Amino acid sequence: MGLEATLVPRIVEAMDKKPRIPVIWLHGLECTCCSESFIRSSHPVAQDVVLNMISLDYDDTLQAAAGFQVEEIRKRIMKEYAGEYLLAVEGNAPTRDGGVYCTVGGDTFLNILVETAEKAKAVVAWGSCASNGCVQAARPNPTGAKPVKDLIPHRAVINVPGCPPIAEVMTGVLTYILTFGTLPELDRQGRPKMFYGQRIHDKCYRRPFFDAGQFVEAWDDEGARKGWCLYKMGCRGPSTYNSCSTFKWNNGVSFPIGSGHGCIGCSEENFWDNGPFYQRLSNVVVPGIESTPDQIGKTLTVLAGAGVAAHFGSYMVRRGINAAKKEKPVPSAPEKEGGDQ
Amino acid sequence: MSRRVVVDPITRIEGHLRVEAMLNDRGVIENAMSSGTMWRGIEVILQGRDPRDAWAFCERICGVCTTVHALASVRAVENAIGIKVPQNADIIRNIMFLTQMVQDHVIHFYHLHALDWVDVVSALKATPAATADLAQKVSPTWHNSSPGYFADVQGTVKKFVESGQLGIFQNAYWGHPAYKLPPEANLMAVAHYLEALRWQKEIVKIHTIFGGKNPHPNYLVGGMASAINMERLNYVRDLITDAARMVEGMYIPDLLAVASFYPEWTTIGGGLGNYMVYGDLPQNGIGDPSRFRFPGGVILNKNLGEVLPVDLTDQGQIREEIAHSWYEYPAGKEALHPWEGVTAPKYTGPKPPYKQLDENGKYTWLKAPRWKGNAMEVGPLARMLVGYASGRADFKEVVNEALGKLKVPATALFSTLGRTAARGLETRLAVNWLGAEFDHLMTNLKSGDSATADTAHWEPSTWPADCKGFGFTEAPRGSLGHWVQIHGGKIANYQIVVPSTWNASPKDGKGQHGAYEAALMGTPMADPLRPVEILRTIHSFDPCLACASHVIGPDGRKLSEVVVR
Repeated sequence: MGLEATLVPRIVEAMDKKPRIPVIWLHGLECTCCSESFIRSSHPVAQDVVLNMISLDYDDTLQAAAGFQVEEIRKRIMKEYAGEYLLAVEGNAPTRDGGVYCTVGGDTFLNILVETAEKAKAVVAWGSCASNGCVQAARPNPTGAKPVKDLIPHRAVINVPGCPPIAEVMTGVLTYILTFGTLPELDRQGRPKMFYGQRIHDKCYRRPFFDAGQFVEAWDDEGARKGWCLYKMGCRGPSTYNSCSTFKWNNGVSFPIGSGHGCIGCSEENFWDNGPFYQRLSNVVVPGIESTPDQIGKTLTVLAGAGVAAHFGSYMVRRGINAAKKEKPVPSAPEKEGGDQ
Repeated sequence: MSRRVVVDPITRIEGHLRVEAMLNDRGVIENAMSSGTMWRGIEVILQGRDPRDAWAFCERICGVCTTVHALASVRAVENAIGIKVPQNADIIRNIMFLTQMVQDHVIHFYHLHALDWVDVVSALKATPAATADLAQKVSPTWHNSSPGYFADVQGTVKKFVESGQLGIFQNAYWGHPAYKLPPEANLMAVAHYLEALRWQKEIVKIHTIFGGKNPHPNYLVGGMASAINMERLNYVRDLITDAARMVEGMYIPDLLAVASFYPEWTTIGGGLGNYMVYGDLPQNGIGDPSRFRFPGGVILNKNLGEVLPVDLTDQGQIREEIAHSWYEYPAGKEALHPWEGVTAPKYTGPKPPYKQLDENGKYTWLKAPRWKGNAMEVGPLARMLVGYASGRADFKEVVNEALGKLKVPATALFSTLGRTAARGLETRLAVNWLGAEFDHLMTNLKSGDSATADTAHWEPSTWPADCKGFGFTEAPRGSLGHWVQIHGGKIANYQIVVPSTWNASPKDGKGQHGAYEAALMGTPMADPLRPVEILRTIHSFDPCLACASHVIGPDGRKLSEVVVR
């Protein structure tokens, strides 16, 4: 995560002595994959986070109490720790029809979110639902689901996208805040640069095959068995900023490309509508042996084929078509913000 | 005087659940209503998309039972297009299915359900040496059982409690008279709560190896895109061995030990007595149900003497009603088979914030699925009963062994505790099958069969212009079905009936209650302000949705009430 070794004693000391920061972890429209990912963390393990680092005072997925007893806790923390508690949000809020598509304790999640964010010290948006809207916000977004940043526009939100985010990225963001008492440096989309600063493609172990022009052409073909590049199978590695090819998943065991399926770009905004998933990205210059990786396009969308054109002309697709008209790939060097997808 | 008890949110589940219960003068639940309060509209979002992408959308229905919707979805699309996947793909899918089932059931027992039976605070009173004795008796083969180990865990709990910041354990029901375990059993359970939390992140690495990540590993229409080699396979074998050791050495002994303190719960929470299983774990392709490890079938009225066949394509069998659901159907339609299904939301409930819902009107975002007009229970208990009643030796062996150890009759299965026990017994079968599926995969590879995907039908140009299909699986929480219609290479309609829709179903047009509602009836509550009993029965189903249960007057009349929330 870009920390120097000399900082490690400071982390240990910070964790040991400070009273634990109260955390309210709300769940809106979501699938709980973020919580599940969180408890997969290997370093630190979830037990350490929950028992020694934070005070997880409200979390309906793990809470022992139920009903009015838990709602009491939320109100108490908001009052007693005004300005001091951390709000973690998993999922997002439906805004259509007054927010009736998600209620907790008889009130809308929309109201609860806005109310709880008011006095929070910081707001963390876990996963793509909270950061970008994710699957329920995909066309036609029947519930009017909106990401957290759009619902509390006056508050800074740390976006930790991914469906789900990598476990160690989640615990890494938390421990950074606890250790340094400040938020990590964020890019223009509110993502911590230390985890979302590089494209999956740039650190992918299959990158040499891309550069050599060696591709999987069909599932289970010879190239697939040799571990060649999955770009032609629709892999979104070239347009996705995440740590999957760096830390990998589940304590470094593998990541989607490593297990033979392309990346679906689950940490990028609108990735559900930027498909179909198996259609290759357009305006990527596919290098042969002689090409250099710097020629690879950065602003990438799926090939504007017939299937995509039928997809209602989304922003992403329109942008893709416009980019394609220029007939010139954009240089690939990641800019300072760590991505502009 | 009657009391209305409202529990919202029901915690330790996936999603948001509201329960309202009406108690009689003796504090016994007389009526109940279950209502889902969350709708995301995935079925609507799927319209017009590429059917090969559907698994990824569907998988995001649930991150707790991750993979199950992806599996049902690829099967539905393959069924529609007419793809038969290679046997290795079936085996890898079976391994992923079983990995999910084992991990999910263990998490449910320790992290979602245990605190209904285990008093964390009481663990502080335990003697570590006596706890070690107990642990040795309960499971002589489990290695973490020294006095020092339990003293260490107790020290961790003590330090946590003394910090004054009780986090997820605050404001709970510690000291409630319904808690029956002695302090040593509570300490042992708390130690295993923490052990299971560390272990669950290990077994899911099987998903990471075959599917790239967990939660939400990758699937593929036509097979599996799994990059495997000998090193990877050895990794999987090790994880399976560890899982089997954990299930047999910790989970099952804990389950039986805890259950032995709660015999009264073998007579509470039985509910409907109707059980349904679609079946799964194909040994000869998904088209041959006679070779499923989980046999399908229906049991009505607790009659283990007869298992009726279930057919997902028969439009007269599975139908969804909306008499009490916030949806509308075309005029004149009351019940629709999923192939003809319509998902058109129409909220008619009270304006939030509200105190209660109207049991006589529409009160939930869940439809009411019915099998030939009957409300059904799905899940581990249904699977164990159908396997048992079908005469399968492996099912009979684990069930009879557990009944013998607990010294209870077979009728004890029709209960809250029976449901919880069935989940554990199923895990024994699952972890055993996990090894068998792995061996099968190795045998195939050894014989030179290494195909994992059929790509002959990958391109939409090879598909029929119009086709429809269904896919199904046995998710940890029960039978799951997906129905898809494809026109011109795009999804024309997609309907999903999830296990919790069966179990948490509202009343239907005839007034028949769903499984949660029925199971709550007749439950005595010691202290309605601290609804441990409601949590026990609801959690025994392992709810996986945003839903609510609402207990009301038997005929819906207005009663004097104490609103708990």
